[in-house]
Amino acid sequence: MFELLGVPPQALFGQVLLGLINGSFYAILSLGLAVIFGLLNIINFAHGAQYMMGAFVAWMCLNYLGVNYWAALLLAPIVVGATGIVIERVFLARIAKYDHLYGLLLTFGLALIIQGLFRNYYGSSGLPYGIPPQLTGGHNLGFMFLPTYRGWVVVASLVICLATWFMIEKTKLGAYLRAATENPTLTQAFGINVPLLVTLTYGFGVALAAFAGVLAAPIYAVNPNMGADLIIVVFAVVVIGGMGSIMGAIVTGFSLGLIEGLTKVFYPEASSTVIFIIMVLVLLVKPAGLFGRTA
Amino acid sequence: MTDLASSDTPTAAAVAETDDSAARLHRNLFIAIAVLLVVAPFVAYPVFVMKVLCFALFALAFNLLLGYGGLLSFGHAAYFGMASYVSAYTAKNWGLTPELAILLGTAVAALLGLVFGALAIRRQGIYFAMITLALAQMAFFFSLQTPRFTGGEDGIQAVPRGKLLGMISLADDRALYWLVAAIFMGGLLLIYRIIHSPFGQVCKAIRDNEPRAISLGYRASQYKLAVFVLSAGLAGLAGATKAIVFQLASLTDVYWTMSGEVVLMTLVGGLGTVFGPIVGAAVIVAMQNYLAGLGSWVLVVQGVIFVACVLLFREGIVGVIAKWIKKPL
Repeated sequence: MFELLGVPPQALFGQVLLGLINGSFYAILSLGLAVIFGLLNIINFAHGAQYMMGAFVAWMCLNYLGVNYWAALLLAPIVVGATGIVIERVFLARIAKYDHLYGLLLTFGLALIIQGLFRNYYGSSGLPYGIPPQLTGGHNLGFMFLPTYRGWVVVASLVICLATWFMIEKTKLGAYLRAATENPTLTQAFGINVPLLVTLTYGFGVALAAFAGVLAAPIYAVNPNMGADLIIVVFAVVVIGGMGSIMGAIVTGFSLGLIEGLTKVFYPEASSTVIFIIMVLVLLVKPAGLFGRTA
Repeated sequence: MTDLASSDTPTAAAVAETDDSAARLHRNLFIAIAVLLVVAPFVAYPVFVMKVLCFALFALAFNLLLGYGGLLSFGHAAYFGMASYVSAYTAKNWGLTPELAILLGTAVAALLGLVFGALAIRRQGIYFAMITLALAQMAFFFSLQTPRFTGGEDGIQAVPRGKLLGMISLADDRALYWLVAAIFMGGLLLIYRIIHSPFGQVCKAIRDNEPRAISLGYRASQYKLAVFVLSAGLAGLAGATKAIVFQLASLTDVYWTMSGEVVLMTLVGGLGTVFGPIVGAAVIVAMQNYLAGLGSWVLVVQGVIFVACVLLFREGIVGVIAKWIKKPL
């Protein structure tokens, strides 16, 4: 077989694919963060914990209720999204009038609670979640072996990301959302129920995180700590992309995953820090972020 | 930004009225703290008191940045942890005396603060918090991947306490206690001085209204950077001292949970109050000691305190007291 830059193509494309998968999670999670930030003006620190909850709900569905992967893919976002709605109503709505940094502190506290509870009941060693039978195996593409499930994750996340983009940019509901982001008071004056919109938006952002969690469950072990470190990387992704644009979040997420994957091939020592280094470079060159408006 | 950390700024008239008596009250409080520091090792376990003092200094440093610079850093573990590694490493492998090891750790933390601070102050508010967190995570990965320096998962263990100035042995807890108490008191007085200096006043002005401070001719970003470096350096001082006290520097010190803990201590004690972080650190460290056997429940309890503080108790313990007696603390 031919070699690219001294790296066998199997390894290269394998890591590229893994990078794209990580990129899908970055994209979905930073998309959710951006949507929530747009309307609530808070950074949802619990996003990583909610991603983890998504994976756990899928695991519980399978092991306690015998509900399969496909149903969980729909059910977990609904369940976790519902908890998000409760969180918004009970906690976030109460502190909306204070400094936005309190939202960060509150959701950080929630993240600790959620993570601590799951760690108590399920330990931190991780639980296995099998790949659904329809997606096992893989295809030989000639230059690489493509595990079906991994291909599915990339496609499913792309579809979800684009659907979210379409909903926000092209539909009437999305127009309300954008209007409320721009000027909530005026939007409310036009008879749109902004508090309801805020609650639903938070629920939707959380549901996105849970969806990513279900996608991740068969790839990584279902683990109470799976979201904690991921969310910090996603923060860096958000800083790099800026939260001004939905498409920006998607593009940044996927490309950073890809870069991370390539770094794993060519300079593995830097693979865990490369995104932070890119963040530093972006801050030096374009502090508002690649797609950001000046904040 | 105004709401988060302005409990120490009542109206102008109230300030003029209470300024004098507040200064007297503060002086008395400093005397009371000094007396407490002298008595403490005789009534409590010295190592526990030293732990409280290290974390109190850490929280004071964090609060200097948040309460008086208006900047919420979610990555203060980087300065605390890196200083603790440097001081542990140099004390153990270079045989430095404890005071030099601590100073070197502090200097490295301040330098790290200069680099990270220069990057982070390019953004504000929530972005600032995210950037500091991400940079601190980078410091964590660096520590994880350089086991020759940090000892990796094991950390640097059995750090010698050494002899102060090469003469006085610190092996005894009581002896070490006086050094730690002196460092704490020095740090506290320095922070108090910074807050009440013209420099501190400008920082507060920038916190409350940055465009206005800029229009008055102050270079806001230089002031922000300066207060960031001071805060990072003092956090480093706390971390470096902690490494000598516990003879250990580990990954826990640089992990984001440590950044969260210092935020929690400051929040419980009272954001933007001079003395709040000390009370907050004492409460949280005592709580961790009591709950140590509960494993992951500690995380849950900390989370609950976080949520409760934000929802019901934003002023913190000392903030509430300050409100009662109508004087800034």
